[in-house]
Amino acid sequence: MLQHLPILPIVIPLLSGIIMLFGFLNDYYKRLRIFGTVMSAIMVVIAAALLYHVHYHGPQVYALGGWEPPFGIALVADRLSVLMVLLTAILTLATQLYGSSGEDKQGRFYHPLIMFQVMGISGAFLTGDLFNLFVFFEVLLIASYALVIHGGGKQKTQANVHYVSLNLAGSALFLFALGILYGTFGTLNMADMQQKAAFIRPEDIILAKTGGLLLLAVFGLKSAMLPLHFWLPKAYASAPMSVAALFAIMTKVGLYSLWRVHNGVFGVDAGELAYLIQPWLWPLALLTLAIGIVAVLSSQTLRTLSANLVIVSVGSLLLMVALKTNLSTAAGLYYLVHSTIAGAAMFLVAGMIINQRGKAEDRFVPARPVGQPVLLSGLFFVCAIALIGMPPLSGFIGKAFMMKAALEAGEAAWVWPPILLASLASIIVLGRAGSTIFWRSKGDKPGPTLATKREISSVSLLLIVLGLMVVFGGWLSDYAAMATLDLYASIDIEASLETGAEQ
Amino acid sequence: MELLYAICVGTLTTAAVFLMLRGQTFPLIVGLTMLSYAVNLFLFASGRLTINSAAIIGVSENYGDPLPQALVLTAIVIGFAMTAFVLILAMRARADLGNDQVDGGDLYQHKQKNVKTSSKERN
Repeated sequence: MLQHLPILPIVIPLLSGIIMLFGFLNDYYKRLRIFGTVMSAIMVVIAAALLYHVHYHGPQVYALGGWEPPFGIALVADRLSVLMVLLTAILTLATQLYGSSGEDKQGRFYHPLIMFQVMGISGAFLTGDLFNLFVFFEVLLIASYALVIHGGGKQKTQANVHYVSLNLAGSALFLFALGILYGTFGTLNMADMQQKAAFIRPEDIILAKTGGLLLLAVFGLKSAMLPLHFWLPKAYASAPMSVAALFAIMTKVGLYSLWRVHNGVFGVDAGELAYLIQPWLWPLALLTLAIGIVAVLSSQTLRTLSANLVIVSVGSLLLMVALKTNLSTAAGLYYLVHSTIAGAAMFLVAGMIINQRGKAEDRFVPARPVGQPVLLSGLFFVCAIALIGMPPLSGFIGKAFMMKAALEAGEAAWVWPPILLASLASIIVLGRAGSTIFWRSKGDKPGPTLATKREISSVSLLLIVLGLMVVFGGWLSDYAAMATLDLYASIDIEASLETGAEQ
Repeated sequence: MELLYAICVGTLTTAAVFLMLRGQTFPLIVGLTMLSYAVNLFLFASGRLTINSAAIIGVSENYGDPLPQALVLTAIVIGFAMTAFVLILAMRARADLGNDQVDGGDLYQHKQKNVKTSSKERN
């Protein structure tokens, strides 16, 4: 059973998504909700077991159908990908809980779509070759297209047309890049490519560089890097809030791929091709952060504010990719986990505020008071502290960790000011947002809707995880450091297949 | 053959990019479709162009690379699914937004116009 663990995060959401489409579940929201929540909880347990297994027994290679890599399709579960899978599973559970309190009834097929989306995300993290990365990207994207538009309405349609057409163009670019890379390397398996990169023929170098840079454009689109980020605020702000919370990890899929391909495959051992995107990445990362700060300062609603904070976190993480030291990658990983969870929690809190403020929704204008001021302002406060990066929550540790990495890489002058400025901008805007929403209320009749237990528990789940990230911060940073080593060291596929068979 | 093939892919891509830069949904979809054709041809060529060689070992003296063919097959399937989705979405957008602009056109100006006309009527 243990050797089949790596495929379970893909198979379980696929099967439960299909089961949910059958009539005996699909017509009964209560059953659907219970089933979805139970399956998400099972996925958390499985992802945790996989993480434990990989941490203590080394990376697992799972050859699908027994066809051995480099030609067969392989799943590679190393420490990095497993951490991301666990993060996805936790986020799914929170999304599922939150969506079950009403958002799923706005349209049909909410629960199955969430499952298919999670299948795509987990698959993208686990896959060992580039073409399957493309396939899983498409799986998660087509589910997300439908989820953005869930519930319907002009705003959603408008945002979705943008989102879909940009991503389709991105997919075509991805395929061009794959064709070029396959033509030059003769393989699409990432571990195999990593070994072949150093021995590339001199006349092929320019082609391989073209392919690598095209991949930068593709992953930049997915992760909302500077010139390719315009779709994000609108798409996230118009999606249902639970979906937006799940989307908090979608930009991270792009960042993960960037790490995997550009620091792994085209990493330190790649000879002529080593770090070929480096000259592009520095300015793009800094500019992404800068535009993120400006966008945060100009946000008019809590939803767009949270979406713009996602861009800020992407900018900080791109800086960590650009620094390319072991420590910066570990710091980036810690901050990635933190920013995903904190961003998702903020989206969920925004959803609760929208429900309780009537027509004013989450705009920063005086309106009637919320129904549960103490609860909501408390949750908002905790999320805000985490997002800004103040002690005692994990945002502080993440940012301190990143700045330490920059200091040791000798690039503090470039990294410290943008990160600190981003924190300052977040303080200003979140402070203004909180005081306007909770204090500057006119009229004294609070709205009739109250947050349900499911909504509260889903936000608390995320906040508890943030707390655990502080308590187990030392362990997690050690784990991130080891995951970094996994990323930089090329996996010997054949050897790990043999050890996998023995277990 | 290589030159002709390259010209085909290049022409398709150019046309696709031109169409996709139009601001309307129908040219955009035609452009995306052409781009996916171009990409499929391109992927096919990444296994090198050969004549009289089957993709199975032992059938002919030389054998073609089977992997790009598998990739193209997958890409075609995914491309069809995505085109179908974007087509339906474009029709939905046409119905919802009242125009075929990719950015929703004058969704907001439209409202203002209505307001203006109604105020004129009042006058």
